[in-house]
Amino acid sequence: MAINLKTAVKFTHKHLLGIQYLSIPEVNLILDESLAFVELNRQENKKLKLLNGKTQINLFFENSTRTLSSFELAGKRLGADVMNMNVAHSSIKKGETLIDTAMTLNAMHPDILVIRHQDSGAANLLSQKVNCSVINAGDGTREHPTQALLDAMTIKMKKGKIEGLRVAICGDIMHSRVARSNIYLLNMLGAEVRVIGPSTLMPKYIESFGVKAFTDMEKGLEGSDIIMMLRMQTERMDGSYVPSTREYYEFFALDYKKIKNAKADALIMHPGPMNRGIEIDTSLADDINRSIIIQQVEMGVAVRMAVLKILMENTK
Amino acid sequence: MKKQCIINTRIIDPGNNIDQIGGLLINEEGKIEAIGAKVTKDNVSDAIIYDCKDKITIPGIVDMRVFVGEPGFEYKENFRTLSQAAVSGGVTAVATMPNTNPVIDNVSTLDFVKRRSRDKSTIKIFPLATLTKNADGKEITEFGLLKLRGAWGFTDGLSCVQSNKVMDRIFNYGKNKEILIIQFTQDNELSENGVINDSLLATKLGLKSIPAIAEQIIIERDLLLLEQYHTKYHIALISSKESIDIIKKAKEKGLKFTVGASINNLSLNDNDIGDFKTFLKLSPPLRSEQDRLALIQAVKEGIIDVIVSDHKPEDEESKRLTFQQAATGASGIETLLPLALELFHNGSCELNLLIKNLTSNPAKILGIRNGTLSIGSEADIAVFDLNKPWVLKKENILSKSKNTAIENRKLQGKVSKTFINGKLVFSE
Repeated sequence: MAINLKTAVKFTHKHLLGIQYLSIPEVNLILDESLAFVELNRQENKKLKLLNGKTQINLFFENSTRTLSSFELAGKRLGADVMNMNVAHSSIKKGETLIDTAMTLNAMHPDILVIRHQDSGAANLLSQKVNCSVINAGDGTREHPTQALLDAMTIKMKKGKIEGLRVAICGDIMHSRVARSNIYLLNMLGAEVRVIGPSTLMPKYIESFGVKAFTDMEKGLEGSDIIMMLRMQTERMDGSYVPSTREYYEFFALDYKKIKNAKADALIMHPGPMNRGIEIDTSLADDINRSIIIQQVEMGVAVRMAVLKILMENTK
Repeated sequence: MKKQCIINTRIIDPGNNIDQIGGLLINEEGKIEAIGAKVTKDNVSDAIIYDCKDKITIPGIVDMRVFVGEPGFEYKENFRTLSQAAVSGGVTAVATMPNTNPVIDNVSTLDFVKRRSRDKSTIKIFPLATLTKNADGKEITEFGLLKLRGAWGFTDGLSCVQSNKVMDRIFNYGKNKEILIIQFTQDNELSENGVINDSLLATKLGLKSIPAIAEQIIIERDLLLLEQYHTKYHIALISSKESIDIIKKAKEKGLKFTVGASINNLSLNDNDIGDFKTFLKLSPPLRSEQDRLALIQAVKEGIIDVIVSDHKPEDEESKRLTFQQAATGASGIETLLPLALELFHNGSCELNLLIKNLTSNPAKILGIRNGTLSIGSEADIAVFDLNKPWVLKKENILSKSKNTAIENRKLQGKVSKTFINGKLVFSE
């Protein structure tokens, strides 16, 4: 039931801070817009002039390869001037506060600030202090909206729909902003979401989000159409949450044995970067019949282009 | 000093079981000379008269948990600014926390604080010293010497003594020196990096939590030790329903100790944090509405003895950060009474009980002579209008730091006069 709401829906936000602030029509608008960019990105000439004269600053307080390059490419393909500030190791990280950094950048009159920060709520804080649009590219363990949008886009491309699908999100749910954004979005679009992981990595109140929680992976995977594997976010952990990676692999890594519990045509996703041999069997990750991890990356650029376009249209 | 007389007022002095209409006479030495129905304009000659019709007169409030920035954090609060904030809220005596820089863990720092407060403070300062050197929970401080030189109690303030061995020594040696042990009850490991109550909101906001069990586990441990030593022990602040259950059981067993709660935990819940309001990042954290209601019930049942402001001034810069990085605590000494009165106005608590928790109870625990209107005692008095409506505006805050947790809150009840040693130090 792909209703084209493009013309009817008005995107009411200046910023994209999280999926939780979006409505279903707004999500569909982004996904519909993304579709056009998927086509464009596959052509020889990928350059548009939609954001000519606009300045996009990617302010990354955490290391990132794929999200940063995806946003950079998205901005450039739309014609914006893109500047990357990777402050994960710079002096800014030490002395200067986020607000000071924001005010400095604000004085350069950017049109879009894409921020990734290790603290939850950082994008919200920034959006209160600058004049331009802010896109949350991941804040602490809270939200990573464009990841969820690109995941939804990938599922839609591969399965033709989202409604009614059973999606199992597996691994370190507690420290995952990807899981949270995906839960919001997939629930909104009518999927049945399950989360699977060791109880030490499962937030206590997760079922209040409208998901079913499993600590037994084989049970949790039963009848799944989509399996989303998450990375162990060791950088966010204080102390050990599981006894060893060997034990984790035995019980929570996706391998050919466990995947038998899912549907025969179940597809595997991963937001990257992957830890082969910890959360996923390496040959399964590369199984072209199963894994759509590479497609996720492709959709990432298209979805981010759509988000940039919509936000910029909205500020006209 | 001329004699002064407050007349036509409702006097509430829970320490002396007084609640009546009458007057109060302050003599030339700033002491209370007479109190009661017989004190009227007619039988007092040559005195300054304050007609406090429709107002309530209580002993000056004794606030047991106040952070002042001297020494080390003068930019947040000094004794002068603390005093002006305090008297505007009817607070006339405070126990100051030792978490200064350097911390008050030795006699010379304590002397410094006493000198500074004597010179700069209008309100009465009762300094507390740390239980352990540098408040790091390892070695006990000189309880005996510090007590001799004027430490009224001992607490690591912002931190909790983690080591069981050290805590055992504190109880053991502390009993010997008859000191008041005040514990901030929170297990460091269970609350590591935590900034918010353990709830759905924490998961939604992606913030690490401080579970209630981090509080309970320390209370349980300390009460086990107390059972062995039976010395003076006070739990600084409790925040959760579960802690109350533990305390109740211990009190039923006959164990003697006292308990405090912050007015913040009695007035706000974690939902007030909304989308990362850092001004509501507090320690202990704001908990659920059920916890808040349980705390009120505990006040009613006398399980909580003291209500404190937990006044912790922080400059705004340290609050304008991400929730994880923002400083903890709220400035609140001037709104302690109005927020407590809110609990009366909304039917949660009796007025006299609230006043008791703000005056005679804390004074008794600290072992100070204040907190009552007894004849012959120093005339430390607050007069307030029970019903006056007002709105807390940041720009009207007198504390040096404006980090209130209740900006723009509609309040009912305001202090109109404050006396210290018979001197009118605040009047509105």
